[in-house]
Amino acid sequence: MHFTVVFSGLSGVCDRLRQARVRTPAAGSFSNVVSVKMATVLQFPASVSTFNNYNDLYPDWTQREVSTGTTIMAVEFEGGVVIGADSRTTTGAYIANRVTDKLTPIHERIFCCRSGSAADTQAIADAVTYQLGFHSIELDEAPLVQTAASLFREMCYRYREELMAGIIVAGWDPRRGGQVYTVPVGGMMTRQPVSVGGSGSSYIYGYVDSNYRAGMSKEECLKFTAEALTLAMERDGSSGGVVRLAVISEQGVERQVILGNQLPKFSTV
Amino acid sequence: MSEELFPEPEWLSEEVKTGTTIIAVTFDGGVVLGSDSRVSAGESVVNRVMNKLSPLHDKIYCALSGSAADAQTIAEIVNYQLDVHSYLSPMSYDPLVCSAATLVKNISYKYKEELSAHLIVAGWDRKKGGQVYATLNGLLSRQPFAIGGSGSFYINGFVDAEYRKNMTKRESQEFVVNALTLAMGRDGSSGGVAYVVTIDKDGAEEKCVLGNELPKFFDE
Repeated sequence: MHFTVVFSGLSGVCDRLRQARVRTPAAGSFSNVVSVKMATVLQFPASVSTFNNYNDLYPDWTQREVSTGTTIMAVEFEGGVVIGADSRTTTGAYIANRVTDKLTPIHERIFCCRSGSAADTQAIADAVTYQLGFHSIELDEAPLVQTAASLFREMCYRYREELMAGIIVAGWDPRRGGQVYTVPVGGMMTRQPVSVGGSGSSYIYGYVDSNYRAGMSKEECLKFTAEALTLAMERDGSSGGVVRLAVISEQGVERQVILGNQLPKFSTV
Repeated sequence: MSEELFPEPEWLSEEVKTGTTIIAVTFDGGVVLGSDSRVSAGESVVNRVMNKLSPLHDKIYCALSGSAADAQTIAEIVNYQLDVHSYLSPMSYDPLVCSAATLVKNISYKYKEELSAHLIVAGWDRKKGGQVYATLNGLLSRQPFAIGGSGSFYINGFVDAEYRKNMTKRESQEFVVNALTLAMGRDGSSGGVAYVVTIDKDGAEEKCVLGNELPKFFDE
């Protein structure tokens, strides 16, 4: 799906918005309402619209960048990985797409989960898909998941000032089996057995820490991922819609969608 | 010029905050409150053993978060007001938790532009048993449980999934300690030891769970 949002005469502002956003506190991490407001005001010049600016002439969504404010997650199990994401793309308060597919194939058995700016992540994913395909043809064998993750890291680190992209790379290769690598904003890369990302991830760190066990089966991982994503979607305004899941293993990729009314239910939500 | 060569350390000018994790849960017959113990000024920890559970009355406690000075002052003022209230009034029984929460809410709301503190008020009274009230920014909301502070964002999912109605006292205490441990593990502004206060009809019982006694969770 291709998105173009027209910023009438605000193109220079977008760079400022993006730069400034990298330095403002991450969503959901404030401990003092007054200091967050001060921090945002200080870093914008007076002419730039902030999230508090209400202008009747231009609706909110024309002044904001399209972002996949989101929740993404990936879990390793014996024989493969389970990846999951919500399906909401927002421009400010408007939901631009409520059925987005944030699980993007990079190669036959390597996927990436995208969070952050929709345009940035799509562009990076396209570039890495090309590079990995080329590399795989040269090598004449299936590429390693670590290679894909390194390519993402190269790009995210080199252009870290211009980009806002948090990506989880997950897949299966014959050498090391199922692997999950996380490449958050800033461009570091690390392998983790389970990884969460996106704005909604803050709310489920506690849940993931307490419920993850090494050596879960494929079905347990699917249930764990679906429940974690549901909890995050309930709390985070920028996450919602349906839950998209995929299982990547030696046999290939199986995708599934859990619709809103089929999501797991919790006593408090 | 000399200010640039020797820049003033951040913690001298930063406001002292209890960037924190606080939680209060009702169970059948009372409430359990919990908090961490870290007080930070910028990146320094100025107090690593602060008890953020402050008594407002015998069976009513409040949990402090946000700016340390603001929260402590509100708690002291309300403590005084409740003492006056129970001394002057003809009632021979203890004040209601709702009264304490309303007093806190009145201060938080009236001075909401100047203050930045979030107190969770919880306790036991003979009219309605164990109650938990959230008073963020001047609202007053009675809830089965409440979480607050910077560390609370990380355990939203956990408490949503794990809370069940009508837990026993023991289960509630475990729930509180688990939630605090998870939050302290993820939030840089929360840490230290866990303070737990259990209030029921017999009174309030304070307990301190040291770092090495906290439960261990899988940490990547």
